[in-house]
Amino acid sequence: MAYYLLRHRDIPDLKNIEVYKKHGGFEALKKAVTTMQAAQVIDEVKTSGLRGRGGAGFPTGVKWSFLPNTIWPHYVVANADESEPGTFKDREIMEGNPYQFLEGLAIACYAVGANAGYVYLRGEFWQIGAQLDACIAEMENAGLLGEKLFGTEYSLKLYTHLGAGAYICGEETALLESLEGKRGQPRVRPPFPAVAGLYAKPTVVNNVETLTNVPVIIEKGAAWHKSLGTEKSPGVKIFSLSGNVEKPGNYELPLGATFRELLFDHGGGVSNGNKVKGIMPAGASSSIIRVDDSLADKVFDTPMDYENVPALGSMLGSASVIIIDDSVNMDWVIEKTVHFFKHESCGKCTPCRDGTYWMQHLIKRIRENEESNGDLQLLKNVAGQINGKCLCALGDFSTMAVTSALERFPEDFQVKVHAS
Amino acid sequence: MLAEKYPEEVKQIFTKYPADRKRSAVMPLLYLAQREEGYVTQAAMQDIADLIEVDVTEVASIVGFYTLYHDEKAGKYRIQVCNDLPCALRGADKFLDSLCSRLGIQVGETTPDGVVTLEAVMCLAACDKAPMFQIQSGAGLTYHEDMTVDKTMELINTLKGK
Repeated sequence: MAYYLLRHRDIPDLKNIEVYKKHGGFEALKKAVTTMQAAQVIDEVKTSGLRGRGGAGFPTGVKWSFLPNTIWPHYVVANADESEPGTFKDREIMEGNPYQFLEGLAIACYAVGANAGYVYLRGEFWQIGAQLDACIAEMENAGLLGEKLFGTEYSLKLYTHLGAGAYICGEETALLESLEGKRGQPRVRPPFPAVAGLYAKPTVVNNVETLTNVPVIIEKGAAWHKSLGTEKSPGVKIFSLSGNVEKPGNYELPLGATFRELLFDHGGGVSNGNKVKGIMPAGASSSIIRVDDSLADKVFDTPMDYENVPALGSMLGSASVIIIDDSVNMDWVIEKTVHFFKHESCGKCTPCRDGTYWMQHLIKRIRENEESNGDLQLLKNVAGQINGKCLCALGDFSTMAVTSALERFPEDFQVKVHAS
Repeated sequence: MLAEKYPEEVKQIFTKYPADRKRSAVMPLLYLAQREEGYVTQAAMQDIADLIEVDVTEVASIVGFYTLYHDEKAGKYRIQVCNDLPCALRGADKFLDSLCSRLGIQVGETTPDGVVTLEAVMCLAACDKAPMFQIQSGAGLTYHEDMTVDKTMELINTLKGK
């Protein structure tokens, strides 16, 4: 299958603007700005069925259509905060195919009438930020950004903004708070960013991978996009495969490809002759899918899309597929995930701030003690007091691996025999 | 201070945001303040507060909230090893332990010559290239992936030579 997103794997040096131009670069932006009304661009993306690739899977064109035409200015912010453990797809896009991403961001800006767009990058993507600054400068030099593009009245400037090490800034309202120069703490919603976003103005926040799809959709059309993937989950997705596999990495596949394809056809299976024990399809935020001999075929043959993964008691999310083999104990796994969420909790709401703190203490005690039944029930209770009761999804997601591990892998939490 | 030391950069930072939204500049200004010594001094926080017209407490709250801003001096190079779940599944904990042994320090500590501080950090979006780390210095952040303990010690020796 040809690459539509990770095109640098087919075309070397695609991050050179001349190479990008030679391979159809910026034709979609030109087409949109010179031949399409903004509303038509929104319609095309709506019809394509493109869904947000940051994890929530919300229909992109629908999100764009929410911005009211009575409040100005409008903004588009690209969410390049990629911090979900097991996710490294946006990074490869920005490193290898930065202009397609920027072109998608520019088209999104045109579609919603924004004259300024931001790329919010996690601080650790320091070098990527510098590269994007250079790319933006090249686009300005080439008249692809700035005043009156392609001889029209439309002007656009793009800016990068670096975060500084906070997973919560991947949550769109926390991201906007951070961009405004405050601590990255989520806002109460409603109002949603589409109505009151950056600087209280109508704002679209889109994931990097989502935006990278836009030039291809404008160029090839909505119908083409719908011909890939599945009916409810059209298009291609970059699956980030990590953990106990032979060939971890990014794999661009149509939505609906199966776990079997990803793990075995592409990922080379599990190393060291071990077997798959658990799959976390949405990074650390996942419920852990149990895989043992009786369940293996069912799991492996499940299509990876937004509809079918929930049938396995998990979610597709950002398609950050972490594979856990049978040499690993789930109590160790959830100690890692809870540590992550406790570290990253922004502290604003009590169930998450205090709940992650207590889950961490409980798991430590469970792992150290021989007799842990009282603590197991307490951990379940605490997780139950967090889930569904927080200001944002971070708190909810902090409980997914915990609850699923306790329910689906009870043998990993039985009486422990201290290793000699 | 910052406006005198780095006039062009300070000016460029403020052009990115609307003129009545100076507060947005706090994050890039903090990176600028960290450039020389790898941490933000009280004086720098006050300077930034003046530049963006907020109280110094607001600036301090940003430094406290975000992991990559530091209010205390540490080693010249912070070696920040990811030992989050995906890296740990591929040996990151053992890698970090070995580095501690070879350097003779615990996680969070600095080598006696003041060159290297070893830290454990959360996922760096490099899960397919574990074990790995990033190095943070005043100059910024660089990634070092598919690392071994020997390669890391070699790299540290090069840094010590600088």
